[in-house]
Amino acid sequence: MGWLDRAASDTQVTHRQRLWLYALAALVLAFLVIPTLIVIPMSFSGSQYLEFPPREWSLRWYRNYLGSASWMQATATSFAAATLTTLLATPLGTLAAYGLFVSRLRAARAIHALMLMPIIVPVILVAIGVFYAYVKLKLVNSLAGIVLAHSMLATPLVIMIVTAALKSYDMNQEMVARSLGASRARAFVGITLPQIRFGVISAALLAFLTSFDEVILALFIAGGSNSTLTRNMFNALRDQIDPTIAAISTLMIVVTTLLLLLSQRYGNSRRG
Amino acid sequence: MNIELHAGGLRRDERRERLVLLGLSAPALLLVGVTMIAPVAWLFGLSFLSDTGEWSLEHYRRMIEQPSYGRTFVTTFKVSLLTTAICIGAGYPLAYLLSQLPRRAANLCMIAVLLPFWTSLLVRTYAWLVLLQRRGLINDWGMRLGWWDEPLALVHNLTGTLIGMVHIMLPFLVLPLLNAMRAIDADLLKAAANLGASPARAFRSVFLPLSLPGLAAGTLIVFILCLGFYVTPAVLGGGKVIMVSNHIANDIELFFNWGAASALGAVLLVLTMLLLWCATKLLRFEKLFGGAH
Repeated sequence: MGWLDRAASDTQVTHRQRLWLYALAALVLAFLVIPTLIVIPMSFSGSQYLEFPPREWSLRWYRNYLGSASWMQATATSFAAATLTTLLATPLGTLAAYGLFVSRLRAARAIHALMLMPIIVPVILVAIGVFYAYVKLKLVNSLAGIVLAHSMLATPLVIMIVTAALKSYDMNQEMVARSLGASRARAFVGITLPQIRFGVISAALLAFLTSFDEVILALFIAGGSNSTLTRNMFNALRDQIDPTIAAISTLMIVVTTLLLLLSQRYGNSRRG
Repeated sequence: MNIELHAGGLRRDERRERLVLLGLSAPALLLVGVTMIAPVAWLFGLSFLSDTGEWSLEHYRRMIEQPSYGRTFVTTFKVSLLTTAICIGAGYPLAYLLSQLPRRAANLCMIAVLLPFWTSLLVRTYAWLVLLQRRGLINDWGMRLGWWDEPLALVHNLTGTLIGMVHIMLPFLVLPLLNAMRAIDADLLKAAANLGASPARAFRSVFLPLSLPGLAAGTLIVFILCLGFYVTPAVLGGGKVIMVSNHIANDIELFFNWGAASALGAVLLVLTMLLLWCATKLLRFEKLFGGAH
């Protein structure tokens, strides 16, 4: 065990003296990871009672989930809302980020700050605010209402990511295109957009995830036949623990992982 | 043509173009304005109206007079402070070790930090419910190993809420802290060792003070986010842990009392803004959230 007495840092502390730190860090990492992953094996359990490791394996909770009309409806709503949110928030946010970035007016900074409000204001306040507005606008429990509210949450994130992408882009290239006769729109689509595409793709994936995982707004504005997956899950968690949720949780983990892999593949400029 | 006139025309053109560019943000601004800023401003106004529609402070007065509101604020601060303290206790050593590890090993460990960060909040809440309940895995294992005889009450109370919240907030502390720690010049510690400081002394006098701004920023952001928690106390608190957000939701869902909910929301908003303003003094806003989303 020679390595134990070797220096572990620049201040010559040995690995042996640091064992407690290693143990503590390992515990904290286990605390972070285990609860995230434990639902996956449990979703394949054959028992009504949650046990780990499961005594018998089966797909009964997946069958339960796939056979339930209300879970299927909620899944469809969640995917529809997330897709439409992505399609709405990504262009809105990208346009706003570009406009605010290049106009360089004093008002642009104020608008930029205002646009970040949905990130700052406590979600519950946003939720009852949206609910209040939707009662007046008759948008409660409608897919359009969910998409608009989720887009409101996602647009600021898109603006933040696209602005960061624009900051690392050389705007002179667009000037060159325009001095060669391209219009501003043509220069943006032909020169700028292809170069900030990684930021835009990351932003789009994040917009999808924002909508797909959103709970609190959905509790207030997504009822009836437009209930979302997260809203149904929340209500199920408050009543009793149904192992079907383990199967749905696994599905949600798969969706998140896929999106992260996609953003690693297509949203990372260093590798793209 | 007069040169000055020409310059004036160009300036006007440029100004017009900048306004057009600013206009590109109009659709996004309209969306956020209609669905969020206007309704929240409206609620803010509503909190100063009595039930009969006159200006009054009755909702704020009730907040002081009714003990249930006081309890809610005490609970909110207690839960937020405890969560933040536990996050510091667990997160600082972890971030410290990660900042010292070779890059590859650290990146591997970062996956463990980021995995829960990206997993749906409900999935993790469900997992904790499964682990912590009376007949859950932890009680099951603990009793089978003979560590305790009666099932421990680990969930549907303060304990469960804290465990769930620490699990959610820990990455928010570790990420800014790790950034700050990685920015510390390693040569300073070598110099300290060279000048005869023991490892503990070098840590205490050099590393710790230099990591404090990152720690302060992480701590503030964790505390601010804790104040607005809703889902975790609602599910893992089992109705016993009522934080401000839960109280607001109850006011709306059970009592349809928009005035009371708005007043409570206004207090929460002002508190959040104040703390966030302090945080931006310590770190730029984008950096605060940059690692987060």
